[in-house]
Amino acid sequence: MATLEHTESPGHGTEDGVRRRDFINIAAVSFPVAGAAAILVPLINQMNPSADVLALASIEVDLSAIKEGQAIKTIFRKQPLFVRHLTAAEIADADKVDVTTLRDPQTLEQRTSAGKKQWLITMGVCTHLGCVPLGAGEGENRGEFGGYFCPCHGSSYDTAARIRKGPAPKNLEVPKYAFKSDTVVAVG
Amino acid sequence: MSFPWANQYAPKNPFMKWMDERLPLPRLVYNAVGAGYPVPRNLNYFWNFGVLAGAALGIQIITGIILAMHYAANGAIAFDSVEHIMRDVNSGWMLRYAHATGASFFFIVVYLHIFRGLYYGSYKAPREMVWLLGLVIYLLMMATGFMGYVLPWGQMSFWGAKVITGLFSAIPVVGTPIQTWLLGGFAPDNAALNRFFSLHYLLPFVIAGVIILHIWALHIPGSSNPTGIEVKGPQDTLPFHPYYTAKDGFGLGVFLILYTLVLFYAPNALGHPDNYIPANPLSTPAHIVPEWYYWPFYAILRAFTSDFILPAKLWGVLAMFSAILLLFILPWLDKSPVRSGNYRPAFKKFFWLLVADVLVLGYCGGSPAEEPYVMISQLAAAYYFAHFLIILPIVSRMERPLPLPNSITEAVLEKHGEATA
Repeated sequence: MATLEHTESPGHGTEDGVRRRDFINIAAVSFPVAGAAAILVPLINQMNPSADVLALASIEVDLSAIKEGQAIKTIFRKQPLFVRHLTAAEIADADKVDVTTLRDPQTLEQRTSAGKKQWLITMGVCTHLGCVPLGAGEGENRGEFGGYFCPCHGSSYDTAARIRKGPAPKNLEVPKYAFKSDTVVAVG
Repeated sequence: MSFPWANQYAPKNPFMKWMDERLPLPRLVYNAVGAGYPVPRNLNYFWNFGVLAGAALGIQIITGIILAMHYAANGAIAFDSVEHIMRDVNSGWMLRYAHATGASFFFIVVYLHIFRGLYYGSYKAPREMVWLLGLVIYLLMMATGFMGYVLPWGQMSFWGAKVITGLFSAIPVVGTPIQTWLLGGFAPDNAALNRFFSLHYLLPFVIAGVIILHIWALHIPGSSNPTGIEVKGPQDTLPFHPYYTAKDGFGLGVFLILYTLVLFYAPNALGHPDNYIPANPLSTPAHIVPEWYYWPFYAILRAFTSDFILPAKLWGVLAMFSAILLLFILPWLDKSPVRSGNYRPAFKKFFWLLVADVLVLGYCGGSPAEEPYVMISQLAAAYYFAHFLIILPIVSRMERPLPLPNSITEAVLEKHGEATA
């Protein structure tokens, strides 16, 4: 009986009223919780892009066939890439816009390679919800700012592919690229 | 759990007695959807839609399991495997149309079921949990329906997947990593198709589980009724079986007639022709629309076109999700102690305005993103929120309800007297 009373008396063996059993309970629960949390990591991480999806090739685009005023669509990282040869009028249009009035303020210079202002290379993915904007293909609607027009929710981009109207929050993304020569550009 | 005058399960057959002592499953069924469940005697046909929704889920599960026997969730062959079902598999065309049309009919009956609840105040105490669980079912249905629409891997499947997962990219900072995580890539591809198939197969069974909770929660206070007043005694109720099994059976017959008419004569009427074009990541359809049952929410999503503190895109996503989440606090927004819209003259008018508003939103959501639809959706979306957050709380305080009958029986007899007079 004496032993029993010992184990049941509150505060026994500790200074602040925490019993041995409380410690065992907390330890017994927190150990499996920590283990379960650790197991969750691979269970969640398996949904991230797999190695084959991540093994991304960089691509090279031949610009020689793209005439002034023309644009092409190609594929980069399983998504469309727009390469557009701007006309002098389109460059002038883009330059005359007051950058401070834009939703995502950038100049055409900042969005093109130095000295290659006529080559506008952007992702063909609307920054709203990821549709492919029109305007890179022959005869497609270029929207009221002469650049690209997203048919899904009506975002209009100008000739520097900057967002001008509609729900998209950002300009079309400019991927990393470098000119290998005057007519070949390496993207990625 | 039930009224004291409920019929008691008393098996006469020796086997059923033996069974009852070991596994009282027949007793559970008897008390849940048999003669042991007393139901208000005055339910009208709007009370059929719960059973019809259950039947629609049954149709979806049966046809879905069969389709999964012939479908291949691989981006390279998914589209072809659906055409294989349509052309080569015995009765495959019928089973696939039954599943696609069944999805639409599931939503039709669920929307009627929800609006029944809104009109008759079925969400009010003591049935809040029934309402909340119903909303959980509705959210699960939306997720299941969306993922199912992706599986044929047509143009609308692909672009729908891109737009809907794109919603998550609106979340600041972590948005894009979440979208990539959901898709398992930077754009919808094999990884996304496979996981959507896995979840599309799983979620209907989760829905079935939540339906059991929904019915369990319903059976604690018992079913509501068109007068909205409580059951007072045995004279107010009838046993579920045979009275309501018969009434629901009749409703089910009407439902199946309408369903099979669409299934056999207009199976593509509720779908979109672009989904018969194989998915092409390089070409967006000129006009991306989700399935009709998402249109009202899609209109709210697109109603935000300019930035205000937060980007327009984030506003759209927040508004779309709040439009549904708002319904979770509805039992606490409508403070009127009177449940049924029949006795609430002001509420009744606003209820029909809400119905009209949702129909307008739906129409705009299915239309291209151009004027006048954008402006109409903006006004209609504003009204939708105003209805729940401003009008309903005010109306429930100001309005003077009509006198309520003393009991369900009195209401029934009064109505009957009027009819014969």
